Amino acid sequence: MAPRTLLQKIWDDHQILEEDGQSLLMVGCHLGHDGSYYGFSVLEERGLKLRRPDQFFATPDHGVPTRSRSLDDVTDAAQRRGVETLERNHARHGFTHFGLGDVRQGIVHVVGPEQGITQPGLLLVCGDSHTSTHGALGALAFGIGASDVAHVLATQTVWRKRPKAMRITVDGTRPAGVTAKDVILAIIARIGANGAAQHVIEYAGSTIRAMSVEERLTVCNMSIEAGGRAGMVAPDDTTIEYLRGRPFAPQGADWDAAVAHWRNLPSDPDAVFDTEVELDATAMEPMVTWGNSPENAVPVSARIPSPQDAASTVQRDTMREALDYMGLAAGQAVRDIAIDQVFIGSCTNARLSDLREAAAIARQGRAMVPAMVSPGSSMVKQQAEAEGLDRIFREAGFEWRESGCSMCVGMNGDLVAAGKRCASTSNRNFRGRQGKDSRTHLMSPAMAAAAALRGRITDVREFAQGAA
Amino acid sequence: MEPFTLLTGIAAPLDRPNVDTDQIAPARFLRRPRKEGYRDILFHDLRFSAPGEEYPDFVLNQPAFRQASILVADRNFGGGSSREQAVWSLVDYGIRCVIAESFGDIFWENSVKGGLLLIRQDEATLAGWRDQLRAAPGSTMSIDLDAQTISQPDGTSVAFEVEIARKRRLLLGLDDIGITLRHQDAILTAETAYRARHPWLFDRAAPG
Ligand code: SF4
Repeated sequence: MAPRTLLQKIWDDHQILEEDGQSLLMVGCHLGHDGSYYGFSVLEERGLKLRRPDQFFATPDHGVPTRSRSLDDVTDAAQRRGVETLERNHARHGFTHFGLGDVRQGIVHVVGPEQGITQPGLLLVCGDSHTSTHGALGALAFGIGASDVAHVLATQTVWRKRPKAMRITVDGTRPAGVTAKDVILAIIARIGANGAAQHVIEYAGSTIRAMSVEERLTVCNMSIEAGGRAGMVAPDDTTIEYLRGRPFAPQGADWDAAVAHWRNLPSDPDAVFDTEVELDATAMEPMVTWGNSPENAVPVSARIPSPQDAASTVQRDTMREALDYMGLAAGQAVRDIAIDQVFIGSCTNARLSDLREAAAIARQGRAMVPAMVSPGSSMVKQQAEAEGLDRIFREAGFEWRESGCSMCVGMNGDLVAAGKRCASTSNRNFRGRQGKDSRTHLMSPAMAAAAALRGRITDVREFAQGAA
Repeated sequence: MEPFTLLTGIAAPLDRPNVDTDQIAPARFLRRPRKEGYRDILFHDLRFSAPGEEYPDFVLNQPAFRQASILVADRNFGGGSSREQAVWSLVDYGIRCVIAESFGDIFWENSVKGGLLLIRQDEATLAGWRDQLRAAPGSTMSIDLDAQTISQPDGTSVAFEVEIARKRRLLLGLDDIGITLRHQDAILTAETAYRARHPWLFDRAAPG
């Protein structure tokens, strides 16, 4: 057989048939959240059943409160309805559901890997664009819209055209202070917000291999911010050790069979990729975004670029508009930018290792601006508390909250006010993402903690490095 | 879904790249039932400074472009989130076709389900069209999906590409669930084989 990429192997394993240039693919695992209501309403309208309740796993995240676990703390009735409807659909259709108050609740992209639901070789979908996160374990995982959610609920399949394969190779040892978040921001700055359009990205190279699964999750999470359909890392010993013993991971003889399958998944040595990109990690710095697209990322030591250097009129106008929206001037040092608040959370950067890195900085001072921490899952919250991270954050003046999407998207009411500037560990700096007319600067958890202590964007390398 | 055959309508120029789904349909409006309609939230924060108060400069607020059914955009339109509400808000507003250099991947997949036709065109052509549309506000363009031709603002015609699966679904107003259910037998056979290959993936009951 011709050499195949990881992507091709998973695709072939899930393809049922081809018609009109599209593949009908079996869905190995479907994840849901409080936005899944529309899919179920379609099932009901058409008198269809949930085809595979044992392949659907859901937890509310977008609209849940972070001040408490009481739905009464969500003031928006529509958001509350989303969470309640998921609960009702769980009762009716019998899928696995980690509800509000269950210690396994959390942001769906944190929960899947944490519970061992996400596994190598799976075709995994979810009605959310950051489903790309799960590719860190060697799954082919992509976000789908509401009609496709309904389609998967009804048929456990999805139609897709075969994507192209892109390999992004990152080599070298990361300098101190450069995290997985900085690596992915550097990648997006290089290839652009649609640089991976129509491609599935496979991340390779020594830098990626040396990363923990949690770091790989951060990288794959933002694949969609580079326009990629999905992002993935080939499974290796790190992946297998991560999964061993997790609640939904295979056990006993099943485990051995699964591992044997996973070992065969990595791209064959001679497999051909449609597009290749290479980056040198040794030259990377902590990154910060200045505009309204994740591609607007620059090293923290840089200055805000000038619209005059733009390649086209449209680009110049867009840069001007972004600077205007962000209240910034060309040529301004990134490090001089004063911030109003800090958010540490989201499916990009709210796992235990992220909180440890942020706490290691937070313990070196006191927050000068309001700062909040929302763990990626209730399990992460519990583990962080067992380690005393909550105490470190509280003593440094940070607010310690419950788990959910929170201020990443603001649907639960955790918002950045108009005109306010937020240093955020999330993944999108779009206009209005954290609230109407809010201003977002994306960065790593350690950089966000450093920004909190100084009240301005700060180079984390000015602080002592090391574990909390 | 309403079939898409021939569309003639006012085309509006949208001179900005990276019009993401948060701009097309802001997150705070996403939980309403489909039947309540999403027309009012399209480009909400670009269109309105406050409820009912329009930004006069925004293209769809200008009298000549209010009735637009075609958008001529730039690079990376519809990037970002998986929210199908972005498609619903465009279609509910009356926009049935967006032409851009590239599109967000999930938006691309969602569009056809709402009867929205997306067409890829190179940046120079798009910039030319936008200039023409601005010079003669209210100009119309026509899209013939079956023939795969666009009549440009100057009246001449150019061909465009569309994948066969998308064309068929749009022309006939077909929906995927209906199409897929015709393949029940093939799905069942494939599922049985898949189960045999990956027994550990099935009946994963919640432990504890
Ligand atoms: S944390 Fe943010 S990006 Fe992640 S799923 Fe929630 S809203 Fe989406």
